Amino acid sequence: MLTKMSLKTVLLSSVVALSAVSQAQAFEPNRSVDCIAPAAPGGGWDFTCRSVGKVLVDQDYIKGNVQTINMGGAGGGVAFAHTVSKRATDDNLIVAASTATTTRLAQGQFPGMHTDQVRWVATLGADYGVIAVGKDSKYTSLTQMMNALKKDPSAVKFAGGSASGGWDHLKVLMTAKEAHVGNLPKIRYLAFSGGSEALVQVVGGHIDAFTGDISEVKGFMESGDLRVLAVLSEKRLPAPFDKIPTALEQGISSVAPNWRGFYVPGNASKASYDWWVNTMNELYATPEWKGVMAKNGLMPFHKSGEELTKFVNNQTLDIKILSKDIGLIK
Amino acid sequence: METMSLLMNGFAVALTPESIMFAVIGAILGTLIGALPGLGPANGVAILIPLAFSLGLSPTSSLILLTSVYAGAMYGGRISSILLNIPGDEPAMMTCLDGYPMALKGKAAEALAISAIASFIGSFIATIGLVILAPILSKFALKFGPSEYFALFVLAFATLGGVTGKNQVKTVMAAAIGLMISTVGIDISTGVQRYTFNMLELFEGVDFIIAIVGLFAISELFFFLERHAGDGLKQVAINKLKLTARDILNVLPTSIRGGILGFIAGVLPGAGASLGSFISYSLEKKISDKGEFGKGDPRGVAAPESGNNGAASGALVPMLTLGVPGSGTTAVLLAMLISLNISPGPMLFTQNPDLVWGVIAAMFVGNFVLLLLNIPMVGIFVKLLSVPPKYLMPVVTLIASVGIYSVSHSPTDLYFMVAFGVLGYILRKVDIPLVPVILGLLLGPEMEKSLRHALVLSDGDWSVLFNSGLSIGLWTVAILGLVLPLIVGPIVRSKMRKSKDSVQDD
Repeated sequence: MLTKMSLKTVLLSSVVALSAVSQAQAFEPNRSVDCIAPAAPGGGWDFTCRSVGKVLVDQDYIKGNVQTINMGGAGGGVAFAHTVSKRATDDNLIVAASTATTTRLAQGQFPGMHTDQVRWVATLGADYGVIAVGKDSKYTSLTQMMNALKKDPSAVKFAGGSASGGWDHLKVLMTAKEAHVGNLPKIRYLAFSGGSEALVQVVGGHIDAFTGDISEVKGFMESGDLRVLAVLSEKRLPAPFDKIPTALEQGISSVAPNWRGFYVPGNASKASYDWWVNTMNELYATPEWKGVMAKNGLMPFHKSGEELTKFVNNQTLDIKILSKDIGLIK
Repeated sequence: METMSLLMNGFAVALTPESIMFAVIGAILGTLIGALPGLGPANGVAILIPLAFSLGLSPTSSLILLTSVYAGAMYGGRISSILLNIPGDEPAMMTCLDGYPMALKGKAAEALAISAIASFIGSFIATIGLVILAPILSKFALKFGPSEYFALFVLAFATLGGVTGKNQVKTVMAAAIGLMISTVGIDISTGVQRYTFNMLELFEGVDFIIAIVGLFAISELFFFLERHAGDGLKQVAINKLKLTARDILNVLPTSIRGGILGFIAGVLPGAGASLGSFISYSLEKKISDKGEFGKGDPRGVAAPESGNNGAASGALVPMLTLGVPGSGTTAVLLAMLISLNISPGPMLFTQNPDLVWGVIAAMFVGNFVLLLLNIPMVGIFVKLLSVPPKYLMPVVTLIASVGIYSVSHSPTDLYFMVAFGVLGYILRKVDIPLVPVILGLLLGPEMEKSLRHALVLSDGDWSVLFNSGLSIGLWTVAILGLVLPLIVGPIVRSKMRKSKDSVQDD
């Protein structure tokens, strides 16, 4: 049985090696690989590692197991530094990342670190940005709200679940910039420690508007306490969110996906990088992963390899320019 | 009615084998921790948080485990009060007054049984109170804007010293230390780094779990080292239980009154379990014309025990609904919830009903488990009391270190934990209480954020802090909470001391 198996493996791998002539040698991951979740258990990155790890094992891409390592600190900075300095050549390591990673890299919040120090593998879905108001608000469309901001940039106060200059704040600024609102630094943003805290304040009528992700607003949207003015996606989202107009429909070309994905160490072998990119591409197409996405409110968003690297660099540049515009960084 | 169906769903969560298992484990560990003099409920929960993390428990299981530990510690505190005349934790102090005399009279088993029944009734009443009050308060919580939250945090700090606190100045100092530590990290409202010295590990500030485990658990280790405590303590021998239905009926009204009073004391931020047990004891003493309080009256055992158990559940109300802890232990529980990415507050009831109601139902289950553990099996805990600490403390330290390391895999966190242990040791040496440090650390950033938000919304007008009836009400209670203890406190404390002394004189 054992010899049969290994013979099969040898045959298979030689076929792979032959077919992929460009590769010096086929990469085979270890029985067990590590996935670093750069935060404590329970958050988005932890979810990314654990859910992808499970599918990787279930679908037999990894023979042993995917060990999730929680490494919190500096909003992902500790894990990024660890990857760059201690495991730069590790072929059996993936690290969970999201828009928060690129935002902090762009704003220099990981001192001395930049996007080229790691290799970006793939994204496996996204949570799209929304701008919403309480049910008694006078605003019924995003255009109306942006017009009010044009007259007086402090007319609408926004609440969001990220720190000042974080992704939720940037979403408002990006949208306002696209809508040609002048004097962006004057726009008021109130930072809360989580989307739900910010939502309660908006629903309670204490703050004008909410900026966050679509997955956060579902409950209050269904109960009718919250009016979602726009979703920041290219196309309308699938049901039950299909009633929400996009910003694009309202003439404001603001698209803000909060993607979830992975990077690998910068000096990992090319063969291993290609293997990870391929595997993530295949994984994204499996029914099992589609099920995970549906269950957890992740929307389609897939980029990998070269395409993702380009996207990450562009996103970082955009955020850098915007952050300079509003005086967050010099 | 909606509450009832939610509670039934909660029981569906609480009665799964996994939940029952964690409730039983928590109850046993909690009783043990409570029984050991020195290890209070806050320490107990602090020590077990890392355990919950390293086992990778779900938020619901972790919370069930830790609330059972909390409830168990409130039960366990009485054991050493009765047998050793040393309170296992602060709220159990009043239990010494009549519990130890009863034990001296050869009625130790009766005292233990009556106090267990009283604890059960107190917890039971207060958990019902929690079921009724929490959903109401959580709807009300939508009315809390930034200025109301700021007033609420001021209230929490103002009542910190509480009536039973020893030294107001030291309480303020402790809170200030906590507030100072809480400023480390990237400021959420401006994105500016404060006191980070460009160390990545400091960017997110000081993790409160590390601070809590260091301050409580590691400092406890230092104290044990200092005392060279190798031997167990001498205790009164236990007799065979002879408890009649009449005995139980006799303490029933006392226990019910104690439970209600305790619950109210627990709901008030800052007041806590010690006050709960004190006021229910004083009330019983006042309304009973005859009886021999202080000389081993069973009602004198029942009153403080139902009071402190009632207060323990009551303290969960403000913690779950508003995110403001009502006692030291709930502050520790709050820290754990935040670490699990669950933000307490009104959203908790709508977003995680399974968790909230599961935990509440688990409290009912845990209470029954505790009653069973504490009457027929009390002998086991009594035996465990004589386990020398030299075997116990290394285990505690091991659990704490492994747990902290498993959360972040960072050796820096371990250094921080030890540093906080040293700080906790020093603070306890000079009699500065630790709970206000934790509250300062926990509530400081929230308070700062609320103030800033209120001022941003009002465009810098400070009068916004007093512009709603709710915030004016909160400010009034806060001022009363600050001033009253200065007047009433000395009187209450001298009474507590007097009644305690009179027992020891006998």
